[in-house]
Amino acid sequence: MSEVRPVPFRGGGFRPRSIGVVGPIVFVVLISAWEAASRLGLITPLVLPAPSEAAAAFWELLETGRLWLHLSASLQRLVVGWTLGTLVGVSAGFAIGLFSLARAGLMPVVSALFPIPKIALLPLFIIWFGIGEGSKVATLFFGTFFPTVIATYAGVDGVDRTLIRMGQSFGLTWWSIVRKIVLPGALPAILSGFRISASIAIILLVAAEMIGAEFGIGAYVLLAGNLMATDQLIAGVAMLSVMGLTVGFLISRAERLLLRWRG
Amino acid sequence: MELRLDGITHRYGAVTVLDGIDLAVGSGQVVCLVGPSGCGKSTLLRIIGGLEMPTGGAVHLMGEPPEGCFNPLTYVFQDFALLPWRTAADNVSLVLEDHPLSAEARSAVVADVLARTKLTDFANAWPRQLSGGMKQRVALARALAVRPAVMLMDEPLSALDSQTRELLMEDLIGLWERERFTAVYVTHNLLEAVRLGHRVVVLSRRPGRISEQMTIDTPLAERDMADPILLAKAERLWVAMRDEAAAADRELLHV
Repeated sequence: MSEVRPVPFRGGGFRPRSIGVVGPIVFVVLISAWEAASRLGLITPLVLPAPSEAAAAFWELLETGRLWLHLSASLQRLVVGWTLGTLVGVSAGFAIGLFSLARAGLMPVVSALFPIPKIALLPLFIIWFGIGEGSKVATLFFGTFFPTVIATYAGVDGVDRTLIRMGQSFGLTWWSIVRKIVLPGALPAILSGFRISASIAIILLVAAEMIGAEFGIGAYVLLAGNLMATDQLIAGVAMLSVMGLTVGFLISRAERLLLRWRG
Repeated sequence: MELRLDGITHRYGAVTVLDGIDLAVGSGQVVCLVGPSGCGKSTLLRIIGGLEMPTGGAVHLMGEPPEGCFNPLTYVFQDFALLPWRTAADNVSLVLEDHPLSAEARSAVVADVLARTKLTDFANAWPRQLSGGMKQRVALARALAVRPAVMLMDEPLSALDSQTRELLMEDLIGLWERERFTAVYVTHNLLEAVRLGHRVVVLSRRPGRISEQMTIDTPLAERDMADPILLAKAERLWVAMRDEAAAADRELLHV
């Protein structure tokens, strides 16, 4: 019974919180430092243009109205290719997840074709679907189809079987079980598949637009690169970043809306 | 409705799980199935419910289902089996949606069963917001919604703490007093069995056979766990099971 000491606290930590203001501050600091370095001559414009120059290039794009031409061409390809790939991919994933025959027949095909970088097939797609929109949409379609199939069937496989047995024990129809138990159960996996397929789609979009496209962000970036117009190049790359962020934001919103039950 | 099991035998590969189970469950009777772990009592319940095909034998239902019965054999699961993406009320509504009921009639049934299980205030809660006892009440409400003739309960209270279990047992007795459903109730808890069963059936270790049957005449509503007769019955069941349970505990799993 000698000394009385408080027990030192040794728990806590390992629980990162999100602090809203830090992100924007980091961006502001980085871009200001970059701008300042350019103005002070620490970075020569040839190596990397100042943010203000890239902004000017963007402004020019906006004023001449070409921004909309490039952006609409890209968004159209992205939306059409991704939507088709996703619709067919989710259907194929459900078929693999629900039917033994589809699983036995489709799985080897999916496994064999998934690892092929779809951009390597672009010349073939050009022969098959023409140099126009067809080949670009096809590249996006195949690029998004395979990851969607894999995410979907993994999601279907992961649905709690006791919930399915419950549905059967109450005499629910097969269609009800698929719609009300399997689909919502697989939805979290499907949505995280969307996140992956959307970023793959943006990468493939730019690559496809670098071959034989008049308009599109990829064409714009390629042209800027050929002309060594680095200010335009940075502007184009920034647009791609914004495009990716927007898609990510939309998927997060969809998740929050559709997966409310997860809290 | 009555239930009759004729020579139910079940094998998983070379392992015989159930061996010639004959059992009759009278209308309005609660039969508790007890036995050491792995004796196949849950398998037997799944066979009764038509969720698993027995290797041999058959289960027969006799008599007419009650008026408005949508699902004569209705299951209550140990882990509740609630859809996490549906609220309490929508989980109940799920099992009515495939039946020809108007939307108003359906919501009337949902409101009625939620009231009977004291869940009215929790109708719009998500399962993740509910305690284990509340979740099992939702599952009970869902089972009641289809007006079952026979309730098949697979250790419905085993995932709950002992206080919640006590409360739910009282609720179950109250519900049975009103509905007088037939029930097969699987449990490993002998006190639960003597509290809720009109008859207790003991299954032996694998291969599961009926090794003992005990009838308890005290009406369910009058049962009190301080009653020495009930305690003596539970004790007798334990004596009958003890060696089997010890042996089952030392068995390697072959699943």
